[in-house]
Amino acid sequence: MALAPDQRVGWPPRRNKGVLVTDTAEHTRTDAPTEIDRVIIRFAGDSGDGMQLTGDRFTNASALLGNDLATLPEFPAEIRAPAGTVAGVSAFQVHISDHDITTPGDAPNVLVAMNPAALRSELPKLEPGGTIIVNVDTFDERSLAKAGYEDNPLTDGSLKGYTVYEVPMTSLTRQACEPLGVKPRDAERSKNFFALGLVSWMYTRPEQPTLDWIEARFGRNQLVRDANIAAFKAGHAFGETAELFDHPYIVKPAHQEPGTYTNINGNTALAWGLVAAGQLAGLPVFLGSYPITPASDILHELSKHKNFGIRTLQAEDEIAGIGAALGAAYGGHLGVTTTSGPGLALKSETIGLAISLELPLIIIDIQRGGPSTGLPTKTEQADLLMAMYGHHGESPLPIVAAYSPSHCFTAAIEAARIAITYRTPVILLSDGYLANGAEPWRLPEVESLPAIPVEFATEPNGTDDDGNPVFWPYLRDERTLARPWAIPGTPGLMHRIGGIEKADITGNISYEPANHERMVRLRAAKVAGIDVPDVEVMHDADDPEVLVIGWGSTWGAISGAVDRVRARGHRVAQVHLTHLNPFPSNLGDVLRRAPRVLCPEMNLGQLAKLLRAEYLVDVRPVSKVQGVPFTAGELETAILEAIDA
Amino acid sequence: MPEFPDTADTAVAPPTTRKDWASDQEVRWCPGCGDYSILAAVQLLMPELNVRRERTVFVSGIGCAARFPYYMNTYGLHGIHGRAPAIATGLAMARPDLDVWVVGGDGDMLSIGGNHLIHALRRNVNIKILMFNNQIYGLTKGQYSPTSEIGKVTKSTPFGSLDTPFNPISVALGAEATFVARTHDMDRHHMMETFRRAHEHHGAAFVEIYQNCNVFNDGAFEAITSKANRDHMLIPLVHGEPIRFGPDREKGVVIGGDGRMHIVEVADVGEDAILVHDETNQGLAFQLSRLAHGPHEPTPIGVFRAVQAVEYADATDGQLATARQQKGPGDLAALLHSGATWTVS
Repeated sequence: MALAPDQRVGWPPRRNKGVLVTDTAEHTRTDAPTEIDRVIIRFAGDSGDGMQLTGDRFTNASALLGNDLATLPEFPAEIRAPAGTVAGVSAFQVHISDHDITTPGDAPNVLVAMNPAALRSELPKLEPGGTIIVNVDTFDERSLAKAGYEDNPLTDGSLKGYTVYEVPMTSLTRQACEPLGVKPRDAERSKNFFALGLVSWMYTRPEQPTLDWIEARFGRNQLVRDANIAAFKAGHAFGETAELFDHPYIVKPAHQEPGTYTNINGNTALAWGLVAAGQLAGLPVFLGSYPITPASDILHELSKHKNFGIRTLQAEDEIAGIGAALGAAYGGHLGVTTTSGPGLALKSETIGLAISLELPLIIIDIQRGGPSTGLPTKTEQADLLMAMYGHHGESPLPIVAAYSPSHCFTAAIEAARIAITYRTPVILLSDGYLANGAEPWRLPEVESLPAIPVEFATEPNGTDDDGNPVFWPYLRDERTLARPWAIPGTPGLMHRIGGIEKADITGNISYEPANHERMVRLRAAKVAGIDVPDVEVMHDADDPEVLVIGWGSTWGAISGAVDRVRARGHRVAQVHLTHLNPFPSNLGDVLRRAPRVLCPEMNLGQLAKLLRAEYLVDVRPVSKVQGVPFTAGELETAILEAIDA
Repeated sequence: MPEFPDTADTAVAPPTTRKDWASDQEVRWCPGCGDYSILAAVQLLMPELNVRRERTVFVSGIGCAARFPYYMNTYGLHGIHGRAPAIATGLAMARPDLDVWVVGGDGDMLSIGGNHLIHALRRNVNIKILMFNNQIYGLTKGQYSPTSEIGKVTKSTPFGSLDTPFNPISVALGAEATFVARTHDMDRHHMMETFRRAHEHHGAAFVEIYQNCNVFNDGAFEAITSKANRDHMLIPLVHGEPIRFGPDREKGVVIGGDGRMHIVEVADVGEDAILVHDETNQGLAFQLSRLAHGPHEPTPIGVFRAVQAVEYADATDGQLATARQQKGPGDLAALLHSGATWTVS
């Protein structure tokens, strides 16, 4: 949904030429910022231009101001694609608002384009009549040609209808840095801070958090620090004095529940959730992992927190990563492995072993576009069926899915609770969008987090034919069907476990036909019996025209769309699953109550297929597999179409 | 809160006998298999090591050899094909208080698990790897293995195998292993002494054991390990001693003018010319590993290399301890508040 004209940045559209606009008569300039309720800004530039950092800093300053926000970083898989080409464009979209929002926004209101390629690749996403700020220094013949422009879009009239600000960011940054004695070429690297300074002025962001961050990040290299500060201040001052812009805008703080907040992305939240899970269970955390986009940041984050007793192993491959985690779990640690789709495929055999050994293990899949290398830096939800069925034999395991960046924290604790309580591998699904996307997070009180009770076996639990006490590694807890966790080092409980089928109770090798079926059914019953909370139906539970069900990162877009359709007077119920195996026990009733069920997913209908199979309900998939999240607008249309059908 | 076993208890282990180390499971290798004698050597050695059964873990992959853990009255994990070194790495890092042994065959360790083997060795994680080398796939009924000689006729290579075999000792040395040794299933005493040395080593230890598969590759090592041939064909390596062999120690190893290793008559070159074995000399170890081109020529056995280096779990725990010293024990609330925060009241 486009913003109302008076809310839109730079409205009414007006075209500016260059920076030398000094005819103030044309501009009624007031210094008071104009209040707008939200704005979506997209920073775009070459991979080497530092756009992710720029977007990230703008986001943090906005978070500290108290805005609600959502972000969408998008970058190419290549570390440095050929400079200046469309393939090398890296973008960061941030949506800031004075009210509760759930998505990074449909179409940006403002595009900051650091070069022609960025303009060319990102312009189609901009709202009609939106604002464009370009680094005009880069619009030379060569760069235009690299971007595939035959004519200069700044002069050929193709940007008619947009508000275009042409700012010579490179040369102004060079000038600002000159007194510091920074070489011009080095100074140019700070141009992203110029852009950040300018946009920070435009939207009245506080300067101090960015300056503090520059100090902390670059303090060790004074020249770089000073250049970045100079560029940032020059950008800010440019906005204030160049009279190119009418006046700044302000997005007031959103109403937020009382509490302490931080701005968090999904991978950091997930890593912290694992730290928390270790503390809550009283178990040391062991991460075995192999670097893979977009999961590596969890390994990076956990490897910092050694004072929590967290051991991280960068293994020789994906298989060793999970193997080592399983070995550590056997030794009584909270074993974790992190990966993305291709890595999950490689771990499949070891997951089978973990199911057979019935040891706690957390397998985290940060999904990306597939199959194969696919779209390594883009998001997708197409590993659900692999998580559910991608193992050999009858091998069910619990699946938990995070639905927002901050929910990754909770989801990690929940995955640990299930793994530990039921002695089973658990797959936790996140995706590239959650991993890198950020939102404000009201920090939980540590005391309020649920303890995860766990006790190792210390005593024999049976008697042999001669009446001697023995230890039976597969004697199950009656309630959970979990087997005892008897870790090496415990006197008297020596036992052997392995991937060969085991006799019920004693755990000895058994090829007996009836025993195998019994064990298959016991393992399945254990997973089916896992205690998961009922789903909560949001809005119009009793008499919906349509129920929209989703899982994972589509939560934001679905929620936004449902709000919009309800605002039009329709009755729309919403359910969002965090537990995908087993499903919540009330889910069947909820689905059957709705006359129509829609299931938006970033795949070709994987949850829809599971729901149809499980509940015989005509769940209709809404699919998008483009490596980018749904927009609320797309889902609004889909829901309205379903209602009208 | 779960309690880990008291590992600070370093009191001498109660005495045990071989019987204490045998599990109640029936051993199910083929009659006549070399694995029996290896199992016996391990079970006999354990009581001599003054270690506790509950602190001993055998981890294995898949294959005939990998059934080993089921027969030891210790903790045991029978894993999946090739992955035992990876599983054992995690266990040894998590629990440095344990004695972790890894058992596997030549297919398990050098084919499907070759990657894990070399990385476990270079990390120098404290695991003792016993690689039963029978130069054949036994459990899958007789295909050629990565240590089979070129031209091996098997079910999968009816016209002879084409692959150049691995030299396991060379592989281990190339992987920076800090302890590399070879023994064979016909000599219990030599096995026990070799395993004892491996156990004493703090770090990754790799022991190749020539093991006869009497069903699919019978007699593969007979030319060098049989009682009749042994004295002529096995070259015992003893640190600090001249490398000599033969019934009367009449043969020896020298480095020739061409820089290569040669077998000579001691009488021809004089005792002083004979190479003295040095377990700390990696180049020498590598040359020794290349001396025989297969188990039909005089072949060195014993410890090729033994050097002390930083053990992986020690290094890992060292970083943990340093982090605690510098930052104090982990404080979850502080972690959650470690980014920029703001408060809404």
